[in-house]
Amino acid sequence: MKKNNNINKKNPLLFFINKGSEPLFSPKNRKLLSDPLDDDNPITVQVLGICSALAITVQLKPAIVMSISVVAVMAASNVIISILRNLIPNRIRIIVQLVVVASMVILVDQILKAFVYDVSKELSVFIGLIITNCIIMGRLEAFALGNNVWRSFLDGIGNALGYAWILIAVAFFRELFGSGNLLGIQVIPDFIYEMGYVNNGLMLLSPMALIVVGIIIWIQRSRNRKLIEEN
Amino acid sequence: MEGYLNLFVKSIFIENMVFAYFLGMCSYLAVSKTVKTAHGLGMAVIFVLSVTVPINFLINKYILDDGALGSWLGPEFESVELGFLTFILFIAVIASMVQLVEMIVEKFAPALYGSLGIFLPLIAVNCAILGGSLFMQLKDFSGILESGVYGFGSGVGWYLAIVAIASIREKISYSNIPAPLRGLGITFIITGLMALGFMSFMGIKL
Repeated sequence: MKKNNNINKKNPLLFFINKGSEPLFSPKNRKLLSDPLDDDNPITVQVLGICSALAITVQLKPAIVMSISVVAVMAASNVIISILRNLIPNRIRIIVQLVVVASMVILVDQILKAFVYDVSKELSVFIGLIITNCIIMGRLEAFALGNNVWRSFLDGIGNALGYAWILIAVAFFRELFGSGNLLGIQVIPDFIYEMGYVNNGLMLLSPMALIVVGIIIWIQRSRNRKLIEEN
Repeated sequence: MEGYLNLFVKSIFIENMVFAYFLGMCSYLAVSKTVKTAHGLGMAVIFVLSVTVPINFLINKYILDDGALGSWLGPEFESVELGFLTFILFIAVIASMVQLVEMIVEKFAPALYGSLGIFLPLIAVNCAILGGSLFMQLKDFSGILESGVYGFGSGVGWYLAIVAIASIREKISYSNIPAPLRGLGITFIITGLMALGFMSFMGIKL
């Protein structure tokens, strides 16, 4: 920490926030929060963090728990790596990042086991796999290693929310069409079933997650045409 | 012997890392533009999985399991539970193995090192690798050979998946796909259809 105090002699208290000159929510900082939601979405544009996004979206509840866990881990590890960024030797940075993320994930895992045991059983290995969730490593590498603490915090929250909304949208459609429920409560009324409506069992199968994400990408890119790829 | 063969086939097809569990998706989607790079990364994943799963099996058996320490350190360690260290130990093994593999390949096979390039370090954060170790822990294997076969089989399954999607993507670049669906979108949908195909293996009991 000594080194950092030297860099920022004038106002050491504000070092952790924004070096004292920029307002906390300047337009540039707000962009950090809003960009990952659409233009720079981690899942549909940066192709990060897909592994865990697909396996746990059959129902809304695990998806929401997973989203909250990722927001927490992401914000915390971005802040920690950003604080340490001048002290980490370049050659071993991947191991340092993995250790920081793994400790955060252990915390989340133990908390989930203590308070929502059934959901933690349902998520099984996927909580552990947050460690290797490429969103986290990707943002640590690309952002937290080169930016101050407050900006890294915003970037972490923004990207985790971008991940979360895709996750929750996929889970919403899969649970609605697959079992007619939302959060375990029946939402499609009985008389529709009596008219001959049948739940689409295909939605419960895991491959449908991929196809639903594919369709979300399709809709997003036809609205936001600058994201279209060459081929 | 038959048991090992069954486990091998099962880990390639029925429990395919990509199509059944969606593990290793990020590099699967990002590095599957050409067959050549897909082949390189797939080979590296096979190697790292077949080394790390048995090592993590030993760590799990002699350090992390309930009462594991007591079996070789004496009864006073019987009550020590280190299960919460699972993630950090597994990931440390994986990261150091990847580093080691990188150094060995660089020293003894510079040509291969040049062609793999950045993919080697990327393997450390491939969720298929950590996933392999975590599933191994859930499956309660009896011996190191069994876990080695499982690791190798999962690696081959991942290799198969990435080479298959890379060949399809090479061909599909000649088709006329709706513009917003080009690239990532259509890859997602094809992967979904391939996963549906792989579900047909699920009925097979081995």
